[in-house]
Amino acid sequence: MDGDHAACEGALAAGCRFVAGYPITPSTEVVERFAQRIPLIGGMFIQMEDEIASSIAILGAAWAGKKVMTVTSGPGLSLMMEHIGYAAITETPCVFVDVQRGGPSTGLPTLPAQADMMQVRWGSHGDYEIIALSPNSPQECFDLMIKAFNLAEEYRVPVFFMMDEVVGHMTERVVIPEASAIEVMERRWTSKPPGEYKPYAADDDMVPEMVKAGDGYRIHITGLTHDERGYPAMNPPTQKRMMERLLGKIRNNREKLIDVRGEHLEDAEIVVVSFGITSRVSGPAIEEARKQGLKVGHLRMVIAWPFPASVIQQLALRVKAFVVPELNMGQMVLEVERAVAGKTRVISVPHPGGTVHEPQEILTKILEAAR
Amino acid sequence: MAAVTPAKQARGTVFVRTEVCKGCSYCIDFCPSKCIEFSKDFNAKGYHFPVLTRPEDCSGCDLCGVYCPDFAIFGVRLKDLEKRIQAQRAEDKAA
Amino acid sequence: MSNESCVADACNIELTPDLAMENPVMPFLRKERIPHIWCPGCGIGTTVNCFVRGLEESGLDLNNVAIVSGIGCTGRVAGYMNLDSFHTTHGRPIPFATGLKLANPKLKVVVYSGDGDLFAIGGNHFFHAARRNMDLMVVCVNNHTYGMTGGQVAPTTPRGATVSTMPFGNFEDSFNLPFIADACGAVYVARWTVYHVKQLARAMKEGLAKKGFVFIEAMAPCPTLYSRRNKLGDGVEQLKYFKEKSVVKHGASTKDVGLTFQGEIVVGKFVDRERQTWLDSMNEHFTGYFGDKYQRYGGNHVKD
Ligand SMILES: Cc1ncc(C[n+]2csc(CCOP(=O)(O)OP(=O)(O)O)c2C)c(N)n1
Ligand code: SF4
Ligand SMILES: [Mg+2]
Repeated sequence: MDGDHAACEGALAAGCRFVAGYPITPSTEVVERFAQRIPLIGGMFIQMEDEIASSIAILGAAWAGKKVMTVTSGPGLSLMMEHIGYAAITETPCVFVDVQRGGPSTGLPTLPAQADMMQVRWGSHGDYEIIALSPNSPQECFDLMIKAFNLAEEYRVPVFFMMDEVVGHMTERVVIPEASAIEVMERRWTSKPPGEYKPYAADDDMVPEMVKAGDGYRIHITGLTHDERGYPAMNPPTQKRMMERLLGKIRNNREKLIDVRGEHLEDAEIVVVSFGITSRVSGPAIEEARKQGLKVGHLRMVIAWPFPASVIQQLALRVKAFVVPELNMGQMVLEVERAVAGKTRVISVPHPGGTVHEPQEILTKILEAAR
Repeated sequence: MAAVTPAKQARGTVFVRTEVCKGCSYCIDFCPSKCIEFSKDFNAKGYHFPVLTRPEDCSGCDLCGVYCPDFAIFGVRLKDLEKRIQAQRAEDKAA
Repeated sequence: MSNESCVADACNIELTPDLAMENPVMPFLRKERIPHIWCPGCGIGTTVNCFVRGLEESGLDLNNVAIVSGIGCTGRVAGYMNLDSFHTTHGRPIPFATGLKLANPKLKVVVYSGDGDLFAIGGNHFFHAARRNMDLMVVCVNNHTYGMTGGQVAPTTPRGATVSTMPFGNFEDSFNLPFIADACGAVYVARWTVYHVKQLARAMKEGLAKKGFVFIEAMAPCPTLYSRRNKLGDGVEQLKYFKEKSVVKHGASTKDVGLTFQGEIVVGKFVDRERQTWLDSMNEHFTGYFGDKYQRYGGNHVKD
C-alpha cells in the first residue's frame, strides 16, 4: 500500500467521516481513495470549489459532530491559511494533510519537498498553536494518522499531517491492526445540560468540552475574540484570557507531546536531527559514518510542532554538533539553533527539493562536524 | 363630518422600550394609522423615542414592531392583551 | 424586562412595570446582547424581524435550525439569534454551512450575510452551492456597499453612486443578484426591500419551508455610509424611496430585474421550482450503483 492510501485508511480507522477537498498533486490520491471507500462506510466526501471552501466546510462539519479532514499540497495550503486561524480560535478539532511538494508557488507539482514546515506553524495571522506530525513510511501514514485525529480531539487544535511526495507515493507493507486494537479518542462531549454549559469555559487542562449544532445548546461560535459564552468581547482582558488558554493548552503540554525516535544517542558526539522522508535518507549516512568510527546518533522528530526543544537542549550539553538535513533551504534548523542557543555547533544540510538528499551529502556534513 | 363621528375606541396599543430606541422614525412614518409621534424627551442615548399620541387610532397591528430595527417597539391588539399578559406571567414564573 | 417602560396606557388594564410585556421577537434573540451594534436607521434589524416572523410561522423546532453568517454588519446577525449560530470568515458562510448541513442533514441551515460577503469575496461559493442545489436558505442583505469597513464599492453598488473607494462616482456595472441565483440553479429566488416587511416575512417563511437552494435578497438602507454619502437622507428616506420606486412583479424574468442608482426596483418572487438536492442526488445515485449494500446517508454523529 502506498503512503497516500495508508493515510486515508488511518483516517477512516480514526473515525474520520467527513472529508472536503480540492484536487492537487501529489495529494489527490488520499481523497480519491476516501471517495471510493466512504459510500459503503457511511460518511461524506465532497469535492469543493477550492481549498478555501474545503478548509471551512470541514469546520462546519466538525460543529455538526463529525471527525473531519482536508487534504492538500502547497498552493492549496496557502489558500487555507485563514481557516487555520479560524479553527484555532474556535477550537475546532480537524486534521489538515499536506503532501508537500517543491515551491514556492506552483513550483514542482510532482516532486517532493519539506518546505511548508514554517508555513503550517506561522502561516495564519496572529498567535496560535498547532500540532504537526511527520510520517516517514506508509505504515506511519496509517499509525500516525490515528494519532493525529486523537490529538485534534484531545487538544481541539488543527493538526497537520506533513507528508511529502515521496512518502505519499512510496509503496511498502502496511499492517492494519484489528479495529479493537486501535485506540481512538472520542470527542470531549459535555455532560452539562443547556443553560449550564458554556462553550469556552475550561478546567485546568484548558481544553473546553464540546457540543454540536442541533443538540439544543444554541451555541454561538465566532472568530472574534470571545468570552466563555462564545460571545464577542473585544477588549484587552478577554483577549489576554483567551490567548493564554489557546496557547497554554499546547505550551503547557509540550513535554507530554514530545514524540521523537532516537538511535545511537547514548554515546553520540554528533546528532543528526531529521523528520519525515529525510530521516530515511539520513539512516545510510549515519551507518556509514559509524562504520568509519564516528559516534553519530540520530534524532527523528515524529512530532515537529510543538518543537521538542527540551530534548535538543539536553543533548546540546554533551554533543559536539547537530547536523540538520531537510528538504528546504533551512527551516527547522532555525528551531534547532534556537534550542541549542550557541552551546554547540549546528550544521544545516539544506536541499532545494525536487528529489531527496543523496546520503553522501549528509555524510559530508557529518564528517565536517567531526573535524 | 368629523363632528358627528362618535369617539373612536382604541383597538390596540404599543409598548416601547425607550432605552434601546435609536430614533430612526420607521414606526412613526410607516404606522398605517399614524398614531405615533416622537417624544419631546430624550432617552439616555440622546434620541427622541416614539409615543402613542393618538391611542384611539391604534389598531395593534404590530407593523411598528416589524419595522423597528432596534426591537424597541411592538404593538398588541387589546383583545389579545389579557391573554398575552397571562402567558407572559406564566413564562416569567417558569423562568 | 424591568427596564422596559410601557408608554401605552390606552386600555383600562393597569400596566404596572411587572406587567410590561416582552417584545415577541425577544425569545428568538440572545436578549443579553441587545441593544445591537447597528446604526440608527440601519435596515438590518428590520430584516431580522422578518426572519423571526418567518421562523415563528415555519413551525420548525428551533433546536434544529442553525444560522451561519460571514463578516460584515449583516454578518453580526448570527450572533444575535438564539439558535446554534456561527459567525465565520469573510465570504465563507456558504461553504461552512455546506459542511454543517452535509454532516447533519437534519438541520435546517440558514446563511445570513451581506452583499459584499456573499457576492464579492464569497461569489464563487454562492455559484457552486446554487449549482449543486445545496439545501440552504441564503438571505442577502443588500445595502449596496461594504458597511462594516466604511462604505467601499461593492459588486452591488449601482453605477453612478458615490462610495469611499469610488470617490468620483462608481463607474463599474453591478450584479443583478436574482439573475445570478436563477442562472446558477436556485429553486427559490425572491427580492423584497425592508419597506415590504410583510412580504419579506412571508418569503422567509416560504424559504424555510422550501427544500433546496433558496435565495432571498433583502434590500436595506445603510444610512451611515451609503445614503449619507449619496445625499439620500436617512434610513427612513431610503424606505420611502423603496416604497415609491418598487413594482411587484411575481414571476418576472430575472434578467429584467437589475437595479440602477435610485431607479425602479422590481420586487417579488421570481423563481419557485423543484430540483433534486445534492444530497438526494447522491443518495439516489449511490443506491442505484451499490444496490442494497448502500445505506442512505442521513448523517450519523460521532456520538451515535
Ligand atoms: C479576508 C477578509 N478581507 C477583508 C475583510 C474586511 N471586511 C470586513 S466586512 C467587509 C465587507 C462587508 O460588506 P458586506 O458583506 O456587504 O456587509 P455589510 O457590512 O454591508 O452588511 C470587509 C471587506 C475581512 N474581514 N476579511
Ligand atoms: S454601517 Fe451601514 S450597514 Fe453597518 S450598521 Fe451602520 S447603517 Fe447598518
Ligand atoms: Mg453590504
